[in-house]
Amino acid sequence: MQKMLDENYYKLLHELQAVDFVLVELNLYLDTHPGDANAIQQFNQYSQLRHQIAHKYESQYGPLKNFGQSYSGTPFNWIDAPWPWQV
Amino acid sequence: MWVYEKKLQYPVRVSKCDPMMAKFLLEQYGGADGELAAALRYLNQRYSIPDKVVGLLTDIGTEEFAHLEMIATMVYKLTKDATPDQMRAAGLGDHYAAHDNALFYQNASGVPWTAAYIQAKGDPIADLYEDIAAEEKARATYQWLIDLTDDVDLQDGLKYLREREVVHSLRFREAVEILKEKRDEKIYY
Repeated sequence: MQKMLDENYYKLLHELQAVDFVLVELNLYLDTHPGDANAIQQFNQYSQLRHQIAHKYESQYGPLKNFGQSYSGTPFNWIDAPWPWQV
Repeated sequence: MWVYEKKLQYPVRVSKCDPMMAKFLLEQYGGADGELAAALRYLNQRYSIPDKVVGLLTDIGTEEFAHLEMIATMVYKLTKDATPDQMRAAGLGDHYAAHDNALFYQNASGVPWTAAYIQAKGDPIADLYEDIAAEEKARATYQWLIDLTDDVDLQDGLKYLREREVVHSLRFREAVEILKEKRDEKIYY
């Protein structure tokens, strides 16, 4: 069953996608520039911010990751729709 | 191992049912320079590449799976409401006969994906040059796909993917330079 997706859902999802874009970019950059201390500092800072946004998202809309990387509600809500291609 | 995250890397929106555009997009799903080929190419090459660039191949290979999911989402959204008649009119009658509205790893012409599209030569420079070429070909394909649609929502997602090809190509070029520096060290010491 598909949960009601409100405006807040898309806002939070967008926030998460935005911060994850920064992290993917910094990650790939650091793969070839591992000595850039400034970029590493930014990476760790955004990594912390990412953690906070993901926590907020998961507390309202359920787990983002499988295999114990996210906590579950009862019943097991990892299996709940919507899946990414359905939103 | 890999862990799945229940979200797209970037939002995918389409503004209409358009099975013909979905057919064209399959080039980036199961085509020679598509996202499946990219992910499998990099994640297979990494076992025999020097340690200094294993991280890069792992990360770009992983990101390609996120792109594969975006393309799948585009195809799914463009075809989910299409009738058999609309599928036939879009040139997807033969696809419908075999798969209904299911996705399949094939290119825009319906040719199934094959491992013959990708290479692992064991020579790090040869492998990275192939990767750079693959990114540039994928970038060009995204441009042609953007030119083929007037759906601005779809174009937005495609433009994001086009830009990722540019960044990946740049990072692979840097990896080549890193390996060249290492090679030159060996000669002079």
